[in-house]
Amino acid sequence: MASTPPSRRRFLALSGLTALSVSLTAACGGDDSGDKPAADGKVTFAWWNIATTEPGKSLFPQISSAFTAAHPNIRIETTSLENEAFKSKLTATTSSGKLPDVFQTWGGGVLQQQVDAGLVEDLTDAFGWSSDLTPVSLQAYQIGGRTYGVPYDIGMVGFWYNKKLFAKAGITEPPATWAEFLEDVKKLKAAGVTPIALAGKEKWPGHYYWAYLAMRVAGLPALQQAATTKDFTGAGFVQAGTRLKELVDLQPFQTAFLGAGYATPGGQAATMGNGKAAMELMGQWAPSVQQDEGADLGADLGFFPFPTVDGGVGQATEVFGGGGGFALRKGAPKEALDFLKFLVLENESKLLASNGYLPVVKGAERQLTDANKKVVADSLVKATGFQLFLDQAYPPAVGQEVNDSVADLIAGKKTPEQVTRSITEAAKGA
Amino acid sequence: MPSSVAAPAKDKDPAEERTGGAVPVHSHAPARSLPRELGSWASIAWFLVPALVLFLVFVLAPIAVAVHTSFFKWGGIGSMDDFVGFENYTRLFADQVFLGDMGRGLYLIVLSITVQLPFALFTAVLLNQKLRGRAVYRMLFFAPYILSEVVTAVLFTMIFLPGDGMADHLAGALGLEGLQGKWLADPSTVMPTLFVVMTWKYFGFHMMLLLAGLQSIPREILDAASIDGAGAWQRFRYVTLPLLGPTIRISVFLSVIGAIQLFDLVWVMTAGGPNHSSETMAISMFQFGFKRYQVGYASAISVVLFMISLVFSLFYQRYVLRRDLSGAVTTGGGR
Repeated sequence: MASTPPSRRRFLALSGLTALSVSLTAACGGDDSGDKPAADGKVTFAWWNIATTEPGKSLFPQISSAFTAAHPNIRIETTSLENEAFKSKLTATTSSGKLPDVFQTWGGGVLQQQVDAGLVEDLTDAFGWSSDLTPVSLQAYQIGGRTYGVPYDIGMVGFWYNKKLFAKAGITEPPATWAEFLEDVKKLKAAGVTPIALAGKEKWPGHYYWAYLAMRVAGLPALQQAATTKDFTGAGFVQAGTRLKELVDLQPFQTAFLGAGYATPGGQAATMGNGKAAMELMGQWAPSVQQDEGADLGADLGFFPFPTVDGGVGQATEVFGGGGGFALRKGAPKEALDFLKFLVLENESKLLASNGYLPVVKGAERQLTDANKKVVADSLVKATGFQLFLDQAYPPAVGQEVNDSVADLIAGKKTPEQVTRSITEAAKGA
Repeated sequence: MPSSVAAPAKDKDPAEERTGGAVPVHSHAPARSLPRELGSWASIAWFLVPALVLFLVFVLAPIAVAVHTSFFKWGGIGSMDDFVGFENYTRLFADQVFLGDMGRGLYLIVLSITVQLPFALFTAVLLNQKLRGRAVYRMLFFAPYILSEVVTAVLFTMIFLPGDGMADHLAGALGLEGLQGKWLADPSTVMPTLFVVMTWKYFGFHMMLLLAGLQSIPREILDAASIDGAGAWQRFRYVTLPLLGPTIRISVFLSVIGAIQLFDLVWVMTAGGPNHSSETMAISMFQFGFKRYQVGYASAISVVLFMISLVFSLFYQRYVLRRDLSGAVTTGGGR
């Protein structure tokens, strides 16, 4: 599970799994991408996106029609797939060595694997307009100083909190340091309020805590260095686990959180939206999912950045998150990049007005009207550093091990040292 | 009227005549000539081709590919060139989670046979009696089996929802507050809870199997036993149960294979959690294949899963189902 908002259609995708057989992992996908000779002299390219829900579902086709109307010699063959279905299909297609011309990417470890396999176009030289985009939004697609993707959305994780419940516990100011944070958790518990909602079943929401603590204690360079040296056993990482254990020992989560999903009935978002917990550590999509699964907290909902840790090297302005972008197949028609420029630069205000995306173009955050989106966008603009979701930044095997091990730590099954050892082992084996 | 004991043997003949009649060449050719014999083989072979091709392409070939892949360290992208021999397998059998998977599989098998099967047998015997509305009961008990696994899993996720779920309310009303909020969310209760759901879903199917078995037991034998002075329990123990043997053995077989390959219910309800405490082999395989993209390792899991199923099936058919399947593959054909 990647750290993107889980889709409501997951159960549909899952029903496709019922025909499981022992030969499942040997299955290969069909080959339906690649070069198509332009019989009518038109330049044709395939565009795979994940816009199956609003607002992208209507907006993306609008934008592509506008583009082909202005460029009658170009034809775009769009395929829109649900998030998880897209990942499966792309994996199958990738293993056959052929990617679609333009495809959705989240950057990080998966993109790096595709780049290493020589399947992705290096955009660095043709992508002069990247200077118009915020550095934070581009970072996930930059590998070894080269750029391999064009972002259209960017977001970050932080604490969403219920102001009413904080007031009930007598907390006037959101915590700025980890020590204050732990104090506030105790105050909330004393006031009979469940401090934190957590989806223990899905694991990825738990990894946010460990990742942010590692950023705050060991610092961003340490995280990046660990990815290259494949060694996560440094003192900073162990300490991140110890800090997380301090929190877990306070038993801050809702009852039966180990069985709770995120966007499911009674899950993390519902618990938060229904005012049954005071805060959750979640990405920019949190308010809309709370509204879907529970209720709209409205003006009671606030946002504060992950606190700093005393003695740690990380700053409060260093953010953890991810977004969405598009990458090009090696040898894709150059018109495809023109299309992405049209999509991202010229339609940014449309994307923002749809209330489904956050700005990637410098200065565009001023166009936002939604208070919750504004606060996230402002934090992103002011960000002094950026770390992509660990389960996307690292190769999938390492990312999943981070999720699994941190979940074990939260459930009391692993010590902070064991967590760092397991992750290191996975990194060395991957 | 011949003695009732001979009845099953007598039933067999018309059946064989019918299957014999399916190949018209035989029925009208008492003295078969060689060319005709060859011709019939040719036509048999010809009609088998589509099935054989499908079997080869969709069953045998994927198995071969999975076995091949399991000897490589491969991430699903690019060429498979990192041959590691049996490393995936040695890693597999050192993995506590995978060993746990096998233990959990065994747990479910034992419970299926000791709890679910007797329960299904009990309801089958009950619904084989003259009972008002028994058709309705049969339908009700069978209904869960028709539901898709995913629907069942979603349904029970709601029932076991901490706090608001039916199970919590029920536990509260029964004074079992200790269970509230646990069910699928606690490592110590998740497996029994899963088993309850499995039983709810599958006992109706086994009940139907056994019911069909019960109805094939000739009334006359039971009547004869009654006349000889056998009580209800003795009739059940010494007549019904032995004659139900073939059905029970098939039912056990299906339970075991089902438990070994269990995936959908668990994936939707717990995804193997909390902390691997409800993970099955199929879940581990999915995790490694489609979440971690360690396709070589996942293939090794799938091969082990396949071997366990295969070895079990062969032994079970050879030694347990032998009497029931005389004439089938394992004995090399009856006539």
